[in-house]
Amino acid sequence: MTIHGLLSIIAGLLLAPLLQGIVNRTKAVFAGRRGAPLLQQYRDIARLLRKGAVFSGTTTWIFRLAPSITLACALVALVVLAPAPVEQGWGFAGDALLLAYALGLARFLTVAAALDTGSSFEGMGASREVLYSALAEPALLVGIAVLARVSGGTSLASILQGAGVTGWVSAGTALALVGVSFFVVLLAENSRVPFDDPNTHLELTMVHEVMVLDSSGPDFALVTYGASLKLWVFSVLFASLAVSPLGLSGFALLGALTAAVLFTGVIVGTVESTMARSSLARAPLLLAGACALSILAFILASRFLS
Amino acid sequence: MLDIVLVALILSNFVLLGSSRLSSCIRTAALQGIMAGLLPLATAGAGLSLRIVALGLAVVALKGFVFPHLLNRALRESATSREVQPFVGYTPSLLAGLLALAASFWLDGRLALPTHSASSILVPVSFSLMFTGIFLLVARRTAVNQVLGYIVLENGIYAFSLAVVRDIPFLVELGVLMDMFVAVFVMGIAIYRINSEFDHIDSDRLSTLKG
Repeated sequence: MTIHGLLSIIAGLLLAPLLQGIVNRTKAVFAGRRGAPLLQQYRDIARLLRKGAVFSGTTTWIFRLAPSITLACALVALVVLAPAPVEQGWGFAGDALLLAYALGLARFLTVAAALDTGSSFEGMGASREVLYSALAEPALLVGIAVLARVSGGTSLASILQGAGVTGWVSAGTALALVGVSFFVVLLAENSRVPFDDPNTHLELTMVHEVMVLDSSGPDFALVTYGASLKLWVFSVLFASLAVSPLGLSGFALLGALTAAVLFTGVIVGTVESTMARSSLARAPLLLAGACALSILAFILASRFLS
Repeated sequence: MLDIVLVALILSNFVLLGSSRLSSCIRTAALQGIMAGLLPLATAGAGLSLRIVALGLAVVALKGFVFPHLLNRALRESATSREVQPFVGYTPSLLAGLLALAASFWLDGRLALPTHSASSILVPVSFSLMFTGIFLLVARRTAVNQVLGYIVLENGIYAFSLAVVRDIPFLVELGVLMDMFVAVFVMGIAIYRINSEFDHIDSDRLSTLKG
């Protein structure tokens, strides 16, 4: 049993809402405001947990089930992404697919719950969510395939850590392209600018926020915490790739990884402050661009390594 | 180092295929021209001579500065800023670019050309430049984008000759550049004419002309 693998999971559980706070603080600094406290989301979640929930008469058990399953899926993704196996036989061959499909199941239930409310606005948000994720998934999976090709590993921990220094020397350009692709997927999957503006409360333009309009009280606390965990999971994916050329292991890796994840929040905030939200018609083009980068990286990696 | 330049060439292809703003297309094509012009300096390695440097500088000056300047002027006079309705949309164009890229790597594997010692991806990148150039010529409506497609095609041929022939005769390359210059110049005049005739630089309208 390795202690730093366990610590990385605990760090994710504890620090995920802080990451949202860092993104919001970065945006506030860019706009010249003082902004909400870094720990605001912890307070929001605590406040929501104390409240009672209201359920619309049109909803069924799906709506009540969705928040907990969504959170559970995000937890599975977090556990799979731990940089070192916590126990013997923890990581297994092909657990990258488990990561992708745990997130897919979470998305399916969020979308089903949104449709369950019978609101036309939530239906529009659900439709956009499915469109974006259908385009983001190939970019993610091909990107992971590139990392597997470069590192020669088949479990997620070995894929992310195995690229290492030798991988960057032999196929550095391919790995850099995958990094860019992962970042675009991060923005799309977490409904950030330029795909969606998390600050707007205009139902016509939202993606994630509009799907959870009907959730309230403890349910909404679970949804909010699940969304933070999802942002953390994608940031870990991006940050692991970013720190892999340092060739660290053990506690040094854990520290560098956590710092890199929190810094990813700063990058996301910077992107959100400097870019405009792109129109709905352009978003698929951006995601197709991310797919193009992943596939180009795959072709390059196969060529460089053969 | 060379590989990074070659990957940047592919990325500039993607930008050209996916972008609708004509001025940014011209800028990207200029950047691509500069990178292509610097390729012989990177592939030469130890055998760097004054001739290669002069050739590279000529290409950079022409493709990086003179052509974009001419095209920008044509664009200003025509008062269009973006391609509104291309024959093939931007997302399908990007996918076509990807297919072309895969086809280039496949073709390179099949043809068994002599690989360049400096980089193993020089030949497939030059193929993908050629395919992208041809695709832009066919799939775009505005005359400016068609000129850019022509320039990208020429970049591809230039890179291919670098990979296979290695040593380009100075006079031949200068002749090609001269031809390109005349072609872009003539196309600039054609854009101006189309514009003054139709208030538009949509070359598709030419088919409605009657003798």
